[in-house]
Amino acid sequence: MPERYVVSIDQGTTSTRCIVFDRRGQLVSVVQREHQQYFPKPGWVEHDATEIWRNVERIVPRAVAQAGAGPEQIAAIGIANQRETTVLWDRRTGVPYGNAIVWQDTRTDSLVDELARVPGVEAVSQRSGLPLATYFSGPRIRWMLDNTPGLRERAERGDVLFGTMETWLVWNLTGGPEGGIHITDVTNASRTMLMDITTLEWDPYLLSFFGIPASMLPEIRSSAQVYGTSRTVLPGVEIAAALGDQQAALFGQTCFAPGEAKCTYGTGGFLLLNTGRELVRSTHGLLSTVGYRIDGEAPVYALEGPIAIAGSLVQWFRDRLELISTAPEIETLARSVDNNGGCYIVPAFSGLFAPHWRSEARGVIVGLTSYITKGHLARAVLEATGWQTREVVDAMNADSGLALRTLKVDGGMTSDNLLMQFIADVLDVPVVRPMVAETVSLGAAYAAGLAVGYWPDLEGLRQNWHRAGQWLPAMDPQRRAQEYDNWQRAVERAFGWIKQPLA
Amino acid sequence: MPGLVQSIERAAAILRLLASSAGRLGVGEIARSLDLPKGTAHGILRTLQAVGFVEQDKTSGKYQLGAALLHLGTSYLDVNELRSRSINWADPLAARSGEAVRIGTLLEGKVLVVHHVFRPDDSLQTLDVGALLPLHATALGKVLLAYDASTAATVLRGELEPYSRRTLVNPRALARALAAVRDAGWGAEVEEMTVGEAGIAAPIRGYGGLVVGAIGVSGAVERICDTKGQPNPTLVAYVRDAARAVSRDLGAARW
Ligand SMILES: Nc1ncnc2c1ncn2[C@@H]1O[C@H](COP(=O)(O)OP(=O)(O)OP(=O)(O)O)[C@@H](O)[C@H]1O
Repeated sequence: MPERYVVSIDQGTTSTRCIVFDRRGQLVSVVQREHQQYFPKPGWVEHDATEIWRNVERIVPRAVAQAGAGPEQIAAIGIANQRETTVLWDRRTGVPYGNAIVWQDTRTDSLVDELARVPGVEAVSQRSGLPLATYFSGPRIRWMLDNTPGLRERAERGDVLFGTMETWLVWNLTGGPEGGIHITDVTNASRTMLMDITTLEWDPYLLSFFGIPASMLPEIRSSAQVYGTSRTVLPGVEIAAALGDQQAALFGQTCFAPGEAKCTYGTGGFLLLNTGRELVRSTHGLLSTVGYRIDGEAPVYALEGPIAIAGSLVQWFRDRLELISTAPEIETLARSVDNNGGCYIVPAFSGLFAPHWRSEARGVIVGLTSYITKGHLARAVLEATGWQTREVVDAMNADSGLALRTLKVDGGMTSDNLLMQFIADVLDVPVVRPMVAETVSLGAAYAAGLAVGYWPDLEGLRQNWHRAGQWLPAMDPQRRAQEYDNWQRAVERAFGWIKQPLA
Repeated sequence: MPGLVQSIERAAAILRLLASSAGRLGVGEIARSLDLPKGTAHGILRTLQAVGFVEQDKTSGKYQLGAALLHLGTSYLDVNELRSRSINWADPLAARSGEAVRIGTLLEGKVLVVHHVFRPDDSLQTLDVGALLPLHATALGKVLLAYDASTAATVLRGELEPYSRRTLVNPRALARALAAVRDAGWGAEVEEMTVGEAGIAAPIRGYGGLVVGAIGVSGAVERICDTKGQPNPTLVAYVRDAARAVSRDLGAARW
């Protein structure tokens, strides 16, 4: 019998990639394609959803061909996607209404300020599990309905469909205007602010609060479940999973038990902790979100601490300050000195995410003296990611009552040894890197493979996970406490920087 | 002048021109100064840029001498960059071979371990990134020595410390082993460092074929070698594939 594979599509912020995995969870082939980033105004970030769909049409058959396989050898397709990015399109033509609004886009900030003063806003966080912020899709849909002439009427007539990227891709894969299936998975739905986090259904209260017609919304499904059959790209293959990328990474890291956590260090940092069947409501600035749901089983919840700026601070150091020419050189520069020299950088470039949620904060560099060199600054850049992780972990421990015992890591920054050691040092727990770096894609593949019986159960998937590297804490506790205190004082100095303009 | 390579002459002229210019120069200016077609000048500039000898200003598009020219003598590839660029190939090598993977570069007469992937059996292992290993008694070291004539000359002149009964302590034997590495394109070590252990390594090359490091697997001799005590050909093939993949990523055309 010829070997069979699972295809995973990772629709990311900067590119879309298709990876073919084998039964051992090993990467067989990968094809990637970037898409255009549009920055029409300060704070605005857009993607062309049609371009992204065309990229998918191109890369998937290529990846399968590179694996030396035919469509009949593909057991299932799984999708992982950039979360909260919002697309609206015409049900009959499949043409999007303008560009997709990307998760980094902050155009809804004044709308969010207004909504925060609307009576009844108190219930929004309680119902959705999320703080009212520009980060989520709900306010974006409202913004598009308000700002595109005629769109609200068309939406009310039922002509407009909403989706995050997985919804858009599944609809197109299953036929588009000719019978495309309009669904979302529960992890993506949990990022809209429109879903009741306990019933996992669209919440009429939230829909009316944001002024969004129910007819636009996709049906909410499990994360691992056969949604339908692909009619193009890989005709006849079942589409069997969809998850938001960070939830996919949680799944790919096989964090299946309550208390297991992973952090993905790319442009931003995203720490997710499995809290099991129990929905934990954060009182310390974290998000309650769905980790995953396997069809026919109860949902598994997660606490999430998103950090807006992690690797992008290194990019800033490289591209704006031009003190290094490649990202990995930050480690070389940082190692040219023994410590941070008393210098701390709080990268609140567009406010701070978890656990502070302070949109008025801006970045600060504190502790500057004539002694500080670019080496100390490089240390401070890397340490910022470490301390931001520590703040999120402290909040998680406080919310969940579980003390984190190890942190599984992935993403581009895990190749930085100094940083990984620092994270182990400041968290005082071992930091572990898995053998498959592409955990987002792997998670989508795992969920799809599970749904069609390609892999028997979660235990089988666990066997595929292997430790590729581990960093053990080695920092003196007194020094850790001292440094953390300095960091926290630095963060306070970042708060309150942006003021309303003087009248 | 027969025997001279025209494009290298032109490249040298471009470098002189940039060195003597007060500010940055555009392609057109360079082409006009040297009376070259613009396309030719552009091709040479792009190549010089790829090897780091010139840099292009992002906003004006003009060129200047690259920072790499100022420290030609020091290693051109940052070790952390090497790790970052090879991590995606080192992991699959560990997964396929079932053995620990290390990547090393030359540092002051030793092998500096710049990356280490655990053997995928989840046993207790410790990262040894930053460790220094002897050149003559490891597979990584022998590969690095084979492609670095001056370091090899120093090592061959010096004392070859015995680590085990099988360590190559005779300079002639070591020189022969290095020649064999160059012939085969890979190297091995069987119980030359530690009894019961063996390793296989292959060179990582940058642009123009420059060897910038070595990647290899190591582990128990009965897993690394076949029943005749020779390095297992399947593992050799895995190691060489990984070395080629990293080299291609680093811009080595032929490997
Ligand atoms: N050795 C290193 N040290 C520190 N930072 C690094 C290193 N290598 C890469 N980075 C940073 O990691 C980031 C790239 O990681 P990755 O490729 O996982 O992100 P990404 O693909 O942008 O992720 P996303 O899915 O969030 O778009 C960049 O921001 C870069 O600055």
